[in-house]
Amino acid sequence: MAAEKPRALVVGGGLAGLAATIRIAETGTPVDLFSMVPVKRSHSVCAQGGINACNKVARQQGYSEWMHFDETLYGGDFLNHQPPVYDMAHWAPRIIDLLDRMGVPFNRTHEGERDLRMFGGSLFKRTHFAGATTGQQLLYALDEQVRRWEAEGLVRKFEFWEFLAPVLDDGGMCKGIIAQDMRTMEIRAFRGDATVLATGGNGLVYGKSTNSVICNGAAAIRAYAQGAWLGNPEFIQVHPTAIPGEDKCRLMSESARGEGGRVWVPRKKGDSRAPGDIPEGERSYFLEEKYPAYGNLVPRDIATREIFWKCLEGYGVAGGRMVYLDCTHLPDATKNKLAGIFEIYEKFTGDDPRKVAMKIFPAVHYTMGGLYTVYTPRSDYKGMEPGAPNNMMTNIPGLYAFGEVNYQYHGGTRLGANALLSCIFDGLFCGLSVANHIRDKAGKRAQELSAGLYEQGVRRQEDAVRQLIDAKGENNPYTIAREMGEVMTDRVTVVRDEEGLKLALNTIGSLRQRYQSMRISDTGTWTNQNLAFARALGDMLIYAEAIVIGATERRESRGSHFRSDHLERNDDKYLKTTIMKYDAANDRHTLEYEDVPTPLVKPRPRTYGKVEAA
Amino acid sequence: MIAPKKPEIITFRIKRQDARDAQPYWEVFEVPYKPNLNVISCLQLIAENPVTREGRQSRPVVWDCSCLEEVCGACTMVINGRVRQSCSALVDQLLEEVGEGEITLEPMTKFPVVRDLWVDRQRMFDNLLRFKGWVPIDGTHDLGEGPKESPEEQELRYELSRCMTCGCCLEACPQFTLDNDFIGANTFGQVVYFNAHKTGRVLMNERLDALMEPGGIADCGNAQNCVKVCPKDVPLTIAIAKAGRQTTVHSIKRFFTGKR
Repeated sequence: MAAEKPRALVVGGGLAGLAATIRIAETGTPVDLFSMVPVKRSHSVCAQGGINACNKVARQQGYSEWMHFDETLYGGDFLNHQPPVYDMAHWAPRIIDLLDRMGVPFNRTHEGERDLRMFGGSLFKRTHFAGATTGQQLLYALDEQVRRWEAEGLVRKFEFWEFLAPVLDDGGMCKGIIAQDMRTMEIRAFRGDATVLATGGNGLVYGKSTNSVICNGAAAIRAYAQGAWLGNPEFIQVHPTAIPGEDKCRLMSESARGEGGRVWVPRKKGDSRAPGDIPEGERSYFLEEKYPAYGNLVPRDIATREIFWKCLEGYGVAGGRMVYLDCTHLPDATKNKLAGIFEIYEKFTGDDPRKVAMKIFPAVHYTMGGLYTVYTPRSDYKGMEPGAPNNMMTNIPGLYAFGEVNYQYHGGTRLGANALLSCIFDGLFCGLSVANHIRDKAGKRAQELSAGLYEQGVRRQEDAVRQLIDAKGENNPYTIAREMGEVMTDRVTVVRDEEGLKLALNTIGSLRQRYQSMRISDTGTWTNQNLAFARALGDMLIYAEAIVIGATERRESRGSHFRSDHLERNDDKYLKTTIMKYDAANDRHTLEYEDVPTPLVKPRPRTYGKVEAA
Repeated sequence: MIAPKKPEIITFRIKRQDARDAQPYWEVFEVPYKPNLNVISCLQLIAENPVTREGRQSRPVVWDCSCLEEVCGACTMVINGRVRQSCSALVDQLLEEVGEGEITLEPMTKFPVVRDLWVDRQRMFDNLLRFKGWVPIDGTHDLGEGPKESPEEQELRYELSRCMTCGCCLEACPQFTLDNDFIGANTFGQVVYFNAHKTGRVLMNERLDALMEPGGIADCGNAQNCVKVCPKDVPLTIAIAKAGRQTTVHSIKRFFTGKR
C-alpha cells in the first residue's frame, strides 16, 4: 500500500471549521471534515447582523484597524489576549475582500461599493452585511469553496458524524479522533496528524438559548475529559434582544438597533395600552437616556442588564419580562434591509415589526470562554507569528480549537459582528499553523501508529454506549436537561451572586447523581437520537459545573460576568484568565488563574460614557 | 373576530418508520395545549414522554433539525399534507387548518427515509458538486476586492443565495421523484446564482453543459409548484426561465462553433 499523505482532521463545519479546511487544503494537506449536520446547516447560518472591518469610508472618518482592536479590548473588559486580537482587527479588511471575491452578496451602495451599518460598541460604521442573514451568506460562501476542494479530492466530508473523543498517543499528542455515524451508529477511529475542534458554543447547557440544537458544548468537554483545559468558562454572553419561545429563544439581531431601532418601556408601570397608543412623552428610551454617546448601541452585556433591571423594577411590557424594540419609525428603505429578521419575528409571533413595536427579552447567546489555547506572539506583541505551529493549539499538542470553542479574542464580552470575523480569522490564519505542525512537529505519522491505540478508543466508546443502553434507572434525560437549563438560566446568567451560584452548583451536583441512574426509552441500534442526547447531557452537566465554579471564584464584575455582591472590576486580583483542568478519573475540577498580559493597551474603566441618574 | 376556542389537548398523528427498508406505520400522541407552540416543541415534549394515545410506551420520534429559526433548512417535513419547515409551523395556525382534527406529520416522500421523519437529502448536495456550485477564486491570499456590483445585481443574487437546501421545492415538484434523475428547482437557482457572479461565470459553460444532460432543464414541466412552497421566497421560476434561456443560447453557440 502506498504511504498515505499525512492528514488533518477538522471537527465542525461552521465558519471556523470551513475556513480551516480551506486554508489547510490550500497547503496540499488532505482534510477529513466531520460535522453533526450537513455543513451548510451549521449554527453559523444563524448570525444575522454582519461582520466588522475597517473600511475605506470609516478610515476617512478617522477609524483604523487599531481602533477596531481597541474597541474589541474595551468591549471585552481587557480580558482578551492582545496579540491575537491585534491580528484579527488587521486581517479583517482582507477577510472582507476575500469573502467578496468568493461571491458573498454583500449589500451594495449605488456606486457598487459594499454598504455598511452601525453596530454595538463602536461610533463608526464598520459592519459589512448581506441583508439580515450575513452568517448564512458567509457560511454558504465557505461551504462552496470547501465543495471545490472536495471536487479536487483533497477534502472528504463526514456529515452526520458525531465527535466522541480525541485519540492521544503515548506522548500525549493528538493523533486522531473517535466518531460515531449518527444514522448507522457505527463507532470508528480516524487517524489524523493534527485535529482542529471548531465545534462552537454551549448554549444548550442553558436549555433555551439563541443557539441551534447542536450547540451543546459536548465536544469541548470530551476534550476536557482527556486533559484539555478550559479558559474563562464563566463568560457567557446574554444577548439583549431575543424573542422568547417554547423551544428556543430566537435572536432579534443587533442590526435592528444598528439601523436605528430604539429600545423603550412605558414610563408608567404595568401600562397595558398597545405600544402605538403610548405617546412619545410617556415612553422611556432608557438606553439613550443613560448612555447618550452610544445609546441603543452599547455593548450587549450593558444593554442586557439595563433591560433586565427595567423589567425587575416592574417597567416591562404590561409588567412582564419584555421590553419594546421599536423599528416602526424607520424609513422603508431601512426596513427593507431588515426584511430577513422582520420575517422571522412575524413568522414566530404573528406581529409585523414594520407596524408594531417588537417585544423582546435577553437570552443566552455566545460562549466567550471555551478550550484554552496558546500562540506565539511577535516580539513586539503586535500579532502572532504567522504559521507558528502552536497558534490556537490547546495544551494537548496537535489538538487545536478554532472559532467559538476557542476562548480567545472576545474576553469578557464579544462585540456584535466580531464573531463571524474571529471564526474565519482563526481558520484562515491558524490553518497554516496546523499544516506546519503536521510538517514539522507531529513526529511519527498517525498511519504508522499501532492499531491497538485506535481500537482501544473505539472500545471505550462502545462500552459507554452499552452502559447507557443497559441502564435500568428511573431518571429521564430530557427531564434532567430541562432542570439543568432552568437552574443555569435562573442563577448563572445576567446577574450572579454567591448564594445563587452555590445553589446552582448543588443542583447540578444532584442532577449528576440522577444522571447515574437513568433510563433511555430508545435502546435501538439505528439512528438513535435518544442515546446521543443522553450521552451529550453527561457532558453538558460537566460543562455547567465548570461554568458555575468559574463564576463563583471570580468575585468581581467584568464584561458579561456581573456579580451583584462584587460590583466592581478588580484588576489586581482578576485581570486573569480562568484556567480549569479536569481529572476525569476522580471527577475533580481544579481552577487556576493566569495573568493576562497587556503589552499594547492598558486597561481603563469601561463606562461607555454613562450618565448617572441624578 | 372571536378567537376560536383552543383545545386542551393537541393530537399528532405521526408516520413512523424504524429503518430504511422497514414498513411505515402510524402512531398518535397527545400533547397538552399551550399558546405559541410549534411542531418542534411538541416533538420535544413527546420525546420526553413517548407514550401513545393508547397508553403504549413508544420511542422518541426521530427527526432532523438544527437552528429552529428557519434558516438552516434541516427540519423539513410534510405537515397536514403540506411540505414545510417544522420549526416555523406554529400549532395555533395548524389547528386552524385541521379544525378539531389531528395534526399529521409525515416524512418527505421524494427522499429515502432514514428513520421516522428524517430523510436523506444527500442528492441535493451531490447536485451542487456536479454543477460546480462555487466561485473559482485564485486562493485565500490578499488579492484585493471582488468585482463591483450594482444593488440590483446584488438583490437578485441575494434572493437566490437564501436557498437553504431544504428540499420543499423538490417535494412539491411533479417532475422530481424518488428514483429519477431530475435535478430540480433549487439547483437551477444555484446555477443562475453562480452564473450571475463575474468570477463565477468562468464556469458557466460547464454548468450549462451539465444542464443539457438527461434530468436537466428540458425536463422541467413548468408546474411552478416549487415557487409556491419555497419558505424563503427564492425566485425559482425566474431562475428556471433564466437557466432555460442561458441553456438555449449556450446550445446554439455550441451548435455553430462546435466548441463546448
